[in-house]
Amino acid sequence: MDDLYGFLIGPALWASLTVFVVGLICRIFYLYGLSRERDKVFYNHMNWSWGLRSVGHWIIPWGSASMRNQPVFTFAFFLFHICLFGVPIFLSAHNVLLNEWVGWSFWSLPDGVADALTIVMLITILFLFARRLIRPEVRILTTPWDYTLLLMTFLPFATGFLAYHQWGPYRLMLILHIIFGEILLVVIPFSKLGHIILWFFSRSFIGFEMGERRGARSW
Amino acid sequence: MSESIEKPVDVKQIKALLEANDSARIRTWLSICSRCGLCAESCFFYLANNRDPRLSPAYKFKNTLGLMYRKKGNVDRQFLKKCYDIIWGECTTCKRCSMYCPFGIDIATLIATARTICFSQGIVPEGLARTSVNYRETGNQMGMSTEDFIETCEWMAEETAEEMPGLTIPIDKPGAKYMYTVNAREPMFYPQDLAMAAQIFTVAEEDWTIPSTGWDCTNLAMFAGDKALAGQVVKSMYDKALELGVGKILITECGHAYRSAAFEGPYFAGCAGGKPPVEVVHSVRLFYEYLRDGRIKIDPEKMLTEPVTYQDPCNVSRNGGLWEEGRKIVGFLAKDFRDMSPNREHNHCCGGGGGYIPMGPEFKKRRMLSGRVKAEQIRATGAKIVITPCHNCFDQVNDLNKEYDLDVKVLSFKEIITESMIIPEKFQPVDEEEEGGEE
Repeated sequence: MDDLYGFLIGPALWASLTVFVVGLICRIFYLYGLSRERDKVFYNHMNWSWGLRSVGHWIIPWGSASMRNQPVFTFAFFLFHICLFGVPIFLSAHNVLLNEWVGWSFWSLPDGVADALTIVMLITILFLFARRLIRPEVRILTTPWDYTLLLMTFLPFATGFLAYHQWGPYRLMLILHIIFGEILLVVIPFSKLGHIILWFFSRSFIGFEMGERRGARSW
Repeated sequence: MSESIEKPVDVKQIKALLEANDSARIRTWLSICSRCGLCAESCFFYLANNRDPRLSPAYKFKNTLGLMYRKKGNVDRQFLKKCYDIIWGECTTCKRCSMYCPFGIDIATLIATARTICFSQGIVPEGLARTSVNYRETGNQMGMSTEDFIETCEWMAEETAEEMPGLTIPIDKPGAKYMYTVNAREPMFYPQDLAMAAQIFTVAEEDWTIPSTGWDCTNLAMFAGDKALAGQVVKSMYDKALELGVGKILITECGHAYRSAAFEGPYFAGCAGGKPPVEVVHSVRLFYEYLRDGRIKIDPEKMLTEPVTYQDPCNVSRNGGLWEEGRKIVGFLAKDFRDMSPNREHNHCCGGGGGYIPMGPEFKKRRMLSGRVKAEQIRATGAKIVITPCHNCFDQVNDLNKEYDLDVKVLSFKEIITESMIIPEKFQPVDEEEEGGEE
C-alpha cells in the first residue's frame, strides 16, 4: 500500500499533471492552427472590449439574462464551480504537500471551511445530477458520458472527504482519492471539460461576433 | 421538399462539405456543449410547443450537424429528411439561443451549416428552391425583369410627383450618397412602398438612387443553404454600388436583407476582412437620423394616438444593433408606445424569419403554432398598431393577427412617416396650397 501511495503521489501525479497541462496546451494550439486557416470570422471582427464584456457578463453570477431566468440553477452552478476550484487549491492538506515539494504554497482555508465547502460541492453535484434526470430538456440531451463525468467529478471530493474524516478504511480512501483526482485531471483536456479554457474563447468569440460585427450584445 | 427524394445521397460530397466546414469554432462548439439545457428557454419554438424538449436548440444541432460529424458524413437520405424537418421547420436562425448559452455557441451557424449540407443533396424547401431559380435568372427572388422594375419606378415617380412636385426616382445615378435597394415584393406587389420611400427622400432632400441591377437586397439563397448563389446575389449589389460609385448602400425595411448585405454577405461573396466593400446602412438607422436632425419633421397633430408596439426584427435588433434607433423613431411617431416583453435584442423572433415565410403552405401550420409566443407578446401590450421594419415580420404578424384575433394593424415606418411628416411648401402641389397645405 505504501509503495502504491508513493507511486501515486510521485510519478503518477507528475504524469497526470503533465497530461493535463500539455493536453490542454495541445488542444488550444491545434484549434489555434485550425482557426488561422478556417476561422477568418474570428479574427476579422476581433475586439477585446466586446470579448471581455461577453465573458464578464457570464462570469458574474446573474450577470446575463439567461442566468437571471434560471436563478436557482445559476446559484448551484456558481457554488459548484467556486468549490471545484477553491477547495483543492486552498486545502491545507494539499498545501502542506506542496510546501514539502517546492517550498512554497498557497494560502490555506481553515479546515472547517474547506470541509463545509466540500459538502456544499457534493450537494451541488447531486443537484446537477438530479436536474439532468428531472428536467426533460436536459434529460433528452444527456448522454451516459455526461453522468460519468459528473461521477468523475464527484468521486475525488467524496473520497477526500471520507479520508479527512477517517470514515471507512483511511489508506484505501486516500489512495482512491488520489487515483480519482488524477483520472479527472487526465480526462479534462480530452472532454467537454476542456471548457475550463475553451469557454474563454467561445464566449469572447460570440462577444465580437455579435458586438464588433453586428453592434449588438450577447448576454 | 424539392425533387430527387429517393435518390441515394452523395456521401463523398457530404464528407467534403463537412471537412470544408470543419473549423475551430464548429469543433469547439460541438465538443464543449455541456448539455446544460439553458438554451431551451430561449427558443420560441420550444416555448410555443408545450416545452417539447426536442425543440431545444441544443437538441436540434446535436441531432443534425452534430450527428453528421459523428457519423463522419455516412448518412442516408432518410436521415437528411429528418434534418430537413428540424433545420427548416424548427429553427429560424434568429440567434437568440447563442445569447442564452453560457458558452455562446452560435447555434444558428451550426443549423445554417446543416442546411448547406442538405441543400447539396437537393433537400431544400420548395418555396426557397423556387426563389433560387428566380435569383439565377433575373437577380431577384420574384423573377421580375429589369424593364418591369424600371417601369414600375417610373410609374411610381410620375404618379407621386403629382402630389409632391419635384419628386423623382433617380435610376443609376452615379456618385449618389445612397443606393437604395429594396425587397423584390415592393416593386412586384407593393409599388407604393417605392413611392413612399421616394417621398421621404424628397422631403429629406437626400441624394439617392435606385440601381437598375442588384436592386433586390433580399437573399433567400442564404437561408436555402446555397452559399454560392447567396454570394452571387450579394455580389451583384456590391458590384453595382462600386460601379456607380455611391457612398452607401441603403437597405429597405427588411431584416434578413440587412443581415445578408452587411454581415453575412461579405463572407458569401469572399470580401476581404469580412466587410462589405461599400458601407451598408439600414433604413431604420437613416430614418432615425432624418428625424433626429430635423430633416423630416412630424406633424404633432398627425402623431398616432392609438397604442403602438414595436416588433424588433431579429436581423435589425438582435443581429443588427438597431433596437434603440427603432424605438426612437416610434417615439417621434406615436404618443402611446407600449413595449413588448422581452424586447430589444432579447425579443422573440416572430416566427417568420430564416426563410420561413417564403417556405410557404407546407410550413404554414407550424408557423402559426410557433407564432403563439409572438401573438401573446403582442396581445399583452394591448397595442392596436404593430410597427415593424421587416417584410417577414410584417407578413407573420398579419397572419398571427388573423389566427389569434389580435385586432391589430401592422405598419411599416415608411407608411407612418409619409402619412405624418410635414411637407415643406416647395414640395406641395401648387393648386392645393391654399386649401390647407399647411397642415
